[in-house]
Amino acid sequence: MTGAQTRLLAPNRLHLHHGPIDCIVEAEGDDLEIIAAFAAASDQFETILNGLVSELPILRSPLSGKSAPQVLGKTAQRMVRACWPLRAQFITPMAAVAGAVADTLLWHIIAAAPNLKRVWVNDGGDIAFHLSTATSVTFGLVDDPQRPTLFGNATIHAIDAPRGIATSGWRGRSHSLGIADAVTVLAASAAQADAAATLIANAVNCTHPQIERIAACALQPDSDLGARLVTVNVPHLDASEIDAALAAGVAFATELYTCGAVFGVVLQLQGATCIVPAHHPCLKIAAPAVHGLAQPTLKKT
Amino acid sequence: MSDDTIRCDACPVLCRIRPGKSGACDRYANDNGTLVRLDPLVVLQHAEKIVSFLPNGGSTWSGNLFENSLKSDESAPQVSNVFVTGIGATTTYPDYKPAPFIVASKIDGIDAITVVTEGIFSYCGLKIKIDTDRYLGPEQAAVRVKGEQIGHVTTAEYGSQMLSLGGVHHLTGGSKKEGAITCDAMLTLANKGAVELQIDGGASVIVQAGKAPIVDGQAERVMRVGCGSATIGIFAPQWQGHVDEVIVVDDHITGVLTEHQAGKFLALTEAGIRVRGRRSTPGRYFQVAAPGAGWGGTTISNPLSIIDSIDPALAWSGMRLLFVSTTGEHAAYFELDADLKPEPKPMPAALDRINHRIAENCEPACCTVLFMGGAGGSLRAGVTQNPILLTRSVKDLFTRVTCGGAPAYVWPGGGITVMVDVLAMPDNSFGYVPTPALVAPIEFTMRAADYAAMGGHVANVRTVEDVLSHRAVRRLDA
Repeated sequence: MTGAQTRLLAPNRLHLHHGPIDCIVEAEGDDLEIIAAFAAASDQFETILNGLVSELPILRSPLSGKSAPQVLGKTAQRMVRACWPLRAQFITPMAAVAGAVADTLLWHIIAAAPNLKRVWVNDGGDIAFHLSTATSVTFGLVDDPQRPTLFGNATIHAIDAPRGIATSGWRGRSHSLGIADAVTVLAASAAQADAAATLIANAVNCTHPQIERIAACALQPDSDLGARLVTVNVPHLDASEIDAALAAGVAFATELYTCGAVFGVVLQLQGATCIVPAHHPCLKIAAPAVHGLAQPTLKKT
Repeated sequence: MSDDTIRCDACPVLCRIRPGKSGACDRYANDNGTLVRLDPLVVLQHAEKIVSFLPNGGSTWSGNLFENSLKSDESAPQVSNVFVTGIGATTTYPDYKPAPFIVASKIDGIDAITVVTEGIFSYCGLKIKIDTDRYLGPEQAAVRVKGEQIGHVTTAEYGSQMLSLGGVHHLTGGSKKEGAITCDAMLTLANKGAVELQIDGGASVIVQAGKAPIVDGQAERVMRVGCGSATIGIFAPQWQGHVDEVIVVDDHITGVLTEHQAGKFLALTEAGIRVRGRRSTPGRYFQVAAPGAGWGGTTISNPLSIIDSIDPALAWSGMRLLFVSTTGEHAAYFELDADLKPEPKPMPAALDRINHRIAENCEPACCTVLFMGGAGGSLRAGVTQNPILLTRSVKDLFTRVTCGGAPAYVWPGGGITVMVDVLAMPDNSFGYVPTPALVAPIEFTMRAADYAAMGGHVANVRTVEDVLSHRAVRRLDA
């Protein structure tokens, strides 16, 4: 069995790999702080996967009912905390695993090196970041991981609320119940962004006979999605189908935005893009929505 | 789990993977029932020049490893295999005086130069590997001789305890007495003698290169084949069908076959025997036994004493139970009677054979002494006027470094930090100076042209014949 692997890619870039987890940590600041930060990240990283595996049966179980399951690990707790408010839909804590790992690593990095200028922990596209006063960070947005091209970017300043960004879609590594190419979410933490992106991507959906779906457990016997049908291929959709699918996702994203669960969402399906809220200061999209879908106007609450 | 699904054990997630699919990591996949890695391993990233094993289509190998490079010169066949070592070469002071022996010999038409000296190593130490699982002392604990600290316990290796002895801090950094005792102990060990070492908070151990360690008066005989868990990992399929449960008694990790991943993989029926100690992972138990003189180096003399309980819901009458130590020296066989009590029975022949196989896989316990020192300092001046050129030449593999003719491992990075097995060197190769510091033979071998190019002391070069005829020379038949 292979243990956790840690590799310095550059003086300020660290690669952490263990089983299904691949994280890139990038830090800016004083050299000694960076060394302390990477030492803390490496130390913590060794324990993360084993910790998660020890509580896997709970983490793979759907959330429902009146009380959240008790888990011991800090990363597991972040997963449960991020997913629990979303349990009106089908969700298991695994929906936030990548983001929660990034959050845990970031927390330990900042505890060890509080004066770093900027840090981000990128766990397979789900990113937790730290910004010191007056700094900002820009992330590129990609819809198809097989052919990565930027269709927009997200710039977050230190005074903005988001500290996590995550993307979900049927083309990604984890399975999706929906057909969105990519749903990118800005939230207070990477775990919250990860969980919300998973559910919003599930909501982008339509009934088209040629969309290929297969039981998740047929692909991965241990999948937390069980026998639920996950998307494995989406045919070319016409404009009205794209609009309908996006509208379903936008409606759910708006619900999450109005209750404060997320700070901003970009939905992408076959070249069409929607943003929630429609004019978000952090989100710049190269091509605005190509179809006639009306952007929702938010009610003042 | 259906037959064609496999369980990946590349990481703790232990994904089940269906044929044609990959696990959660996307790195490992099931290719028709075989676990395969999807991203290719890079195997030959950096290769040295590759040369033919037999030159010019020759059909037989003479057995000489260096046939290609050390082909004898027809004019001087009698000296072609002579290699002058630094032993007894003496040294020079100050360092810039040419090394005592700068020897030229014709090798394959190339004038090879061996610069032979005995280096004074102020920075040097011994790395000691002691094949034992006995507890010698905590990591970082002081290692003492006659009460003076001469080194410390360092990171343990698989089946072996490691000590780091000597070094500049003990030789010259402490009291005069500490330096003298450190130097004396190192000299004895490096010259293949025995030294008794006391470890703070641990054992007393007698160490001698190539000999079994003696820990607290008890000579270690063999290394165990592995911990209890590893023993199960090795022998599980061989036991299958001959026995229903195997408990491998070990002072570190005691293994229980049917509970262990190796047993699960063979679909063995859980036997319901719970052993004492703290369960680490399924089938692996810590703190079952303490180190001692009983079974496999534990305190256990009656193996049944480690059974905590037998679950009547799982165990059955007639169940066959084997206890064995990690050295295979101790084994006992039982069958459960109608009341599920273990009854001693004669060892079945099939199991006896496996017990012997465990024993024959245990290697003799041995102490290894590696000398490690830095030759990147002033002794280089005895070789060349521009020392950095010697360092570079060593790094670029133009110059070969040996100690008493034994191959030395040269550490990557700066300096010429070498490591050599003292057993590969001739007896009594080492000496000392009152600094205190160890004196070790070291030879640099290179082409004559390269030697001249690095600013070598060309005027002091002597031929092998000259060296052989002029001084008391000790011949070593390798």
